[in-house]
Amino acid sequence: MAAESVSDRLVGLLTVRGEDLGAEWSDKVAGSLGGRVSRAEVQRELKEIYTALVAALAEGGMDGRGEAFGEVRALLTELSRNRAHQGFTPTETAVSVFALKEVLEPALSGDDSDLQAYLKFSTLLDTLGLFTMEVYTRTREELISAQAEQLLELSTPVVKLWDGVIGVPLVGTLDSARTMVVMEKMLQALIDTGSEQAIIDITGVPAVDTEVAQHLLKTVVAARLMGAECTISGIRPQIAQTIVALGINFGDIVTKATLADALRHALRRSGLTLSRTAPQAGAR
Amino acid sequence: MNGASSASQTLEITANAGVVQARQRVRALAQQCRFSLVEQTKLITAASELARNTLIHGGGGTMTGGLVEERGRRGVRLVFDDRGPGIPDVDLALTDGWTSGAGMGLGLSGSKRLVDEFLLETVPGQGTTVTVTKWAR
Amino acid sequence: MTERVPILQIGNVLLVSIQTDLDDQSVMLLQDELAAEVVETGAHGVVIDITAVDIVDSFVGRMLATIASISRLLDAQTVVVGMRPAVAITLVELGLSLGGVRTALSLDKGLRLLERARAESLEEPEPDAAAGPGADGVGPDAAAGL
Repeated sequence: MAAESVSDRLVGLLTVRGEDLGAEWSDKVAGSLGGRVSRAEVQRELKEIYTALVAALAEGGMDGRGEAFGEVRALLTELSRNRAHQGFTPTETAVSVFALKEVLEPALSGDDSDLQAYLKFSTLLDTLGLFTMEVYTRTREELISAQAEQLLELSTPVVKLWDGVIGVPLVGTLDSARTMVVMEKMLQALIDTGSEQAIIDITGVPAVDTEVAQHLLKTVVAARLMGAECTISGIRPQIAQTIVALGINFGDIVTKATLADALRHALRRSGLTLSRTAPQAGAR
Repeated sequence: MNGASSASQTLEITANAGVVQARQRVRALAQQCRFSLVEQTKLITAASELARNTLIHGGGGTMTGGLVEERGRRGVRLVFDDRGPGIPDVDLALTDGWTSGAGMGLGLSGSKRLVDEFLLETVPGQGTTVTVTKWAR
Repeated sequence: MTERVPILQIGNVLLVSIQTDLDDQSVMLLQDELAAEVVETGAHGVVIDITAVDIVDSFVGRMLATIASISRLLDAQTVVVGMRPAVAITLVELGLSLGGVRTALSLDKGLRLLERARAESLEEPEPDAAAGPGADGVGPDAAAGL
């Protein structure tokens, strides 16, 4: 019963001077955002939330996570997501909710019942504020992982070196996530280009440890299962040393010192012979 | 999107067709969870191995599958349950190449590598329960 | 419930294209029928097209390896064509390398691989012992020795 009267009181407070409170709220929030969101936009967003909030209170709920506040949470989700995408700080996002406390404070009469209602309302707004923070953080995390994915895509090109020969120049540190992407991309490229030879060039890879070697081996085996052969090139002297020191066994996988050597090898395996037109001492 | 652990469904695996159904059920779950194609393929393959184990070694049983959400991650959890003879030596059964039947001995050890979490509970004479979970990346 | 996968004959080659999710019994049936067909037709090559297959588990993997071994005994070569990247990655993780099974990217490439292999085996009567470093020009024996 008490809870009901509290929410009734709040609905009363919020509706009697609804227009004024809403406008004040918008002003406060728009001010804190430093004009990066237009006043009209803020007003539109907050008016919707305000209406939904009053409706939820009228339904008798005081639990911000309850069913009655579904609409409010949906609106707050949209607001937080937008703020996160537009690059606003967590404070600038949460203030949209918390500013309502300040706005309501002067409207209180000073009665005990008002005070109690205000405290309850404050708790409710805290809950909703935390909710916006959760959505904000989640959105930022999504953004970060989307960017990480884009980076992966960018950093792993698959290039055609010759008819039937593709090359994958790896640059930077290889971790398992990245190797997965490379692997999938290369295998798909084999099909798309109908290439039976692939060269994985690790000239730009600073270090090869057991894990990276394992990933490379798996890629080569997967390619073989599909009917293509891989050559690993760009094994610098110090990398060759680590590989031997770690006791990594590349099995029957062909490794070459340079991409040029690997290309020559791949071409020969696909049945092509290279010859110079001018009589000259061959490199080989 | 679909809230925490959506209602799990149980499937009887008592014949070869059950293994096919298990694959189809798991494919639907993996797609619902928006797995990448490779992750999807890995999970379905693991399910196929485990469902066959349930059928052949467990003398039939059930697969219960559903979506799970934990610490912000979403995934698919599958439970294979049989009332068969159980596995006397779990470590041995999880060794590559070890087989008690006509398979290649990659059923358990192989499917363990295809999922993120793998839990095997077995009581000789009472049955085996294998619970696997794969998280969406 | 058991499904029959049609086995087509093109010249001296038997072609099987798996189009549906087969249950284990259908897989065994296919293995038996293929062996019988190889003997009956005297085919020198078998092409198994798995382009449409999105899952190869150890059971199907074993069937592919067994068919390859059986055909080899019957003097026929087996080529598995069209394996999808996701399937290949999964097989590697599963620990299955399909030793002894030749693979090709596409049906077309698979048929050419068979032709080449046939021509070579006719040229050199006993190439079996040739385990030397003769890598030149020879199609890779995919997945062998893994």
